[in-house]
Amino acid sequence: MHEVSLVHALFDQLDRAILPHPSRAVRRVTVRIGELAGVEPELFRTAFEGCRAERGFEAAELFVVAEAARWGCRACGAGVPGGGPLRCPRCDGEAKLEAGGDLMFDRVELEVVDV
Amino acid sequence: MCDVCGCGDPAKLAIDVHASLLTDNDREARHLREHFAAKGVLALNVMGSPGSGKTAVIEAVARAVAPPAGRGLRLAAVSGDLATSLDAERLARAGVASGTITTGTACHLDAAMVHHALHGPLASAVDACEVFFIENVGNLVCPAIYDLGQSANVVVLSVTEGVDKPLKYPVMFRKADLVLLTKTDLLPYLPGVSVAAIRENLARVMPSARAIELSATHGAGIPELVAWLEARAARAEVPAPPAATSPEISSEG
Repeated sequence: MHEVSLVHALFDQLDRAILPHPSRAVRRVTVRIGELAGVEPELFRTAFEGCRAERGFEAAELFVVAEAARWGCRACGAGVPGGGPLRCPRCDGEAKLEAGGDLMFDRVELEVVDV
Repeated sequence: MCDVCGCGDPAKLAIDVHASLLTDNDREARHLREHFAAKGVLALNVMGSPGSGKTAVIEAVARAVAPPAGRGLRLAAVSGDLATSLDAERLARAGVASGTITTGTACHLDAAMVHHALHGPLASAVDACEVFFIENVGNLVCPAIYDLGQSANVVVLSVTEGVDKPLKYPVMFRKADLVLLTKTDLLPYLPGVSVAAIRENLARVMPSARAIELSATHGAGIPELVAWLEARAARAEVPAPPAATSPEISSEG
């Protein structure tokens, strides 16, 4: 279950992202999970909830944005539908993944006092 | 005050990060890739299910390249497994300089584990080899997303696993540069399995589907694989004179 490793990578980056700020009260963490990122959102959530306390983020809530896979032609740029052969319907060029392959830490929301 | 999403909540501060969760791994992988390039090593990330034949394929390649019949392509390998060093022992018996990465509970190799292995006794053999096989933990899911600094991903899929595996594990096959369809000697006993159907499914998940059919036991397809390895290894060679200032594997980063 590589989701646990990834959640620890997320908390490492979270530590760095909030370092310049006096507050460690993380309210919400937004992660974007592509359809072809190789990560199961529910397992990621379970890992997040299982590890957040030990990393000092007890109050953090995980917000997952699911991103659908989108393919396009490498040669002519036309859209290539998934589910069939990954060749361009127009020019038979090779398809490339344009979205849905990434696993991104997009945003953190902190609770601040005395602003 | 939050001015990122515009909610204006005075008790909230939003920080946009937009960084891949694999940033740290990818940095380490870049370091490995630079090292392999400087040494002229073709590094391959060999992935596949447990029992798909990853080790057997490397053994068959070692037999095929051994002189006098072969031209003596220099091979090295590191095998990732949850427990035991059985694969490395097999490969050592086949004449491949080999080591083990014992992952304990981890279901995949990451760049830091490979980096660590390259600081061990295998270091000089890897630097001197032409093809370095990084035999990943047997698993069609988790290893796919970790860059190990390889030049190419090689996915081993045995015909006994059935024709639908590319469709069930699209993340793995999307990233494959080469698929090795192993155990083809067993096809006569698998009435429901056709190589044409496997290839058709590969084309649905691999933008540039390329597969070699082989039998590590009987040797069919091994010459084609060796030719692929030799061609790729030649491209990885460092042009003379050897770069005196090539980056060494350092312990930082």
